[in-house]
This record gives sequence, C-alpha cells and structure tokens, in this order.
Amino acid sequence: MNGAHDLGGKHGFGPIDRSQTENFVHPWEESVFGLTLTCGMLGQWNLDQSRYAREKTDPAHYLSSTYYEHWLHGLELLLVEKGLITKDELTDGKAAAKTKLQRVSPEQALQIVRSGAPTELPQKNPSRFAVNQTVVVKTNNPKSHTRAPTYIMGVKGTIHKLHGAHIFADEHAKSGNKVPENLYNVRFDGKDIWGSDAEPNSCVYIDLFEPYLLSFAD
Amino acid sequence: MSEHEEHQHHHAPPSEIEERVKKLEALLIDKKLVDPLSLDLLVDTYQNRVGPRNGAAVVARAWSDPDYRKRLLEDATSAIIEMGYAGRQGEHLVCVENTPKVHNMVVCTLCSCYPWPVLGLPPTWYKATSYRSRAVSEPRSVLKEFGTELHPDVEVRVWDSTAEVRYLVLPMQPAGTESYSVEQLASLVKRDAMIGVTEVKVN
Repeated sequence: MNGAHDLGGKHGFGPIDRSQTENFVHPWEESVFGLTLTCGMLGQWNLDQSRYAREKTDPAHYLSSTYYEHWLHGLELLLVEKGLITKDELTDGKAAAKTKLQRVSPEQALQIVRSGAPTELPQKNPSRFAVNQTVVVKTNNPKSHTRAPTYIMGVKGTIHKLHGAHIFADEHAKSGNKVPENLYNVRFDGKDIWGSDAEPNSCVYIDLFEPYLLSFAD
Repeated sequence: MSEHEEHQHHHAPPSEIEERVKKLEALLIDKKLVDPLSLDLLVDTYQNRVGPRNGAAVVARAWSDPDYRKRLLEDATSAIIEMGYAGRQGEHLVCVENTPKVHNMVVCTLCSCYPWPVLGLPPTWYKATSYRSRAVSEPRSVLKEFGTELHPDVEVRVWDSTAEVRYLVLPMQPAGTESYSVEQLASLVKRDAMIGVTEVKVN
C-alpha cells in the first residue's frame, strides 16, 4: 500500500531535528517496544504483517503521531484481528476470557532476539537478472503490503548485487506463507528518479524482489 | 524552564496515550500473554547492552586489520558474527565503505529498518518523517544539516533498507590515527558516522 508511510522523496517535512538522539522519548514508548516484541513472539503474526498493521494507521494520524504510536496502533489492531483480545477487553482494560496461548519466558525472549530470524531461503528459480543488467521497476498500486516504494516505480536502474532468495514480503503479509523470491540490490541514478531536480552525483541503492522488476528490454 | 513550569511538568496528569499503554500492558499481563519480566529484559537489552559500541568495535578492527576489513566488506554477516554480534534485525548484514570518492548513508523510507546488533535501536530522528522523506531525494542537503559537506566530486550513495538486509557504513579512518590502538580508534567512532550522516573526527 502506498499510505503515509511511503515517504521517500515527499516534500514539506522540514529540517531534521538532530536533537532527537534518544531511542525512546517517553517511558510509555519503552512499554510499546517491549509489548510489541513479546506479543510478536506468540507466533500469531509475522514481521511483514506487523509492518502492514502499522501502515494501516489513518494517514492524517500517521503523519501527526510519533513512531511508537504507529507501533501501538499496529499492535492493538493485530491483537484484536487475531482474536488474542476482544475490542471490549481493549476498551475496558480487563480480561474477560482466558487464552490458551503460552507466553514466552524472559529467557526465551532473550534467546529469540539473540538468534534472530533469517529470511534467506533456497532459490525456487534461478535469478532472472544478472549484475550490471538494466531493469525497470514495475508500476503497480497494490492495496496490500509491499516493499517497493512508489518513488522508484517506472524508474530504470542497474542490478548491483544478487542477494539470493528471501521470504517474499508481499506474500508473507498476505498469507503468512514463506515463499522464496529472488532479491536484488538495484542502483538508481538520482537523475533517473528525480530528473533535473536531482542533487548532483547522487544515487540510491534499494533491495527489490524479482516480481517488482522488469528487464529494460520488456 | 521556570520553577513553576518545571513543577507543573513533574505533576502533569498522565497523557491519554500513557493511560492507553498502561491499560493495554495490564490487560496483556492479566491475560498471561506477556510476562512483565520479559518486557524489562528486552528494554534493558536494547537500551544498555546492544548499541553503537558494537559497531564501533567492528569499524576499529576493520581499520586495524586488513584481512578483517576484506572479510567485512565481502560478507559482513559472518564477519560481524565473528565479533559476537548477531540477532534480530541483523540476520543479513552488508557493510559499505566510504572512500575519498564515495560517501554512503543509510535510511529506511518505508519504516525504520536499522542494524540492531551493531547499532542498537535507531535514534528518533532516523525514524522521523524529515529524514525518511529527504535522505533519498536531497542527501547532500541532509548531510549538510549534520555538518557534513562533501566535495561535488564525491558520489553520494543512499542505501534505502527495503528488505531484510541491513546496512552498516564503514567510515574513513581519520588521518593521524595510524598509531592508535583498536580501543582508541573505537572510541572515535560514533553512531551517526556508521549511519553515514557524519564523518569520524579526531576529538
């Protein structure tokens, strides 16, 4: 989806507030961080589904709220959607029913973040594109989750690196299935993205899945 | 801030969002979906144990050890695991090298992807709309705001972290530090230089 989160190249946000050097501004943000991680460890949704839940924040609210408010919104949405809590429980703050899910212990939680969750999978198909090949990003407008930002749609770039195959984020968000798709790092010249408004001598490197790309000749 | 304002600040009623989070936390603990000790442990881990000191150790070693530098640039995931740093948001790492001709900087325009095992959690400005929108379209202006002015001949490469690969910038070693120990070098390397918005300077 191309919601308010898809920020690359958008104008009007003003200078960077470099005084904001901390990870958490308020104590409640620490709680949201911890709750999001521990609830994620219950295995009822994956990272792409949690990104999609945050992206579904109302665009006006997304832009006027802070980062951890997006996380809070996403977490509440998933907890209710997946039936871990009811809307009434969320409103009342009181547990009305028990759950069969087993919470993770502190030791398990630490083990999970320490080991991470690699997304690389064996390749399903050989890579369609080769290093130095010119490609174009397909123009699409899916309402569902995607990791192709709109600012490079229809833009030509050059394959910089093959990353093998990784879990395809779009499908992972939709069905939860871990489908391998080839992943590439693609180099885009600033002028090809921003035209005559590009800053001189600048380029952007982006990781893109094969289904997002066309051969320049197609 | 005047004394009066400060007083008000300390005794301000909890904000709506604070109440909302408190209520959710209590509910999830009550339903036994969350162990409160896990919350404290995770926050403590990423506030106090995993942070840019890890990345600085990687950079200092790469500056001092040419073989390590080569391994880091070829396969950062393995080279960083070798230093004992691994885990969530660092499963697939790439290290990009600054040179007199190339300057790299990292952003995530779609959310806030960041290499946690080497840099910890991102600073608020990295997650804010100004940086996420502008880093890709006006990187030189953004760098200037961080006090980094590059020669027009230097190519600026912006890495937009859109998949599960995370990027770490290997800054240039400042001149005159050739005789420094690895520890002395590491103390020079700050988080912002490994995101690529500043250069490493001698204190």
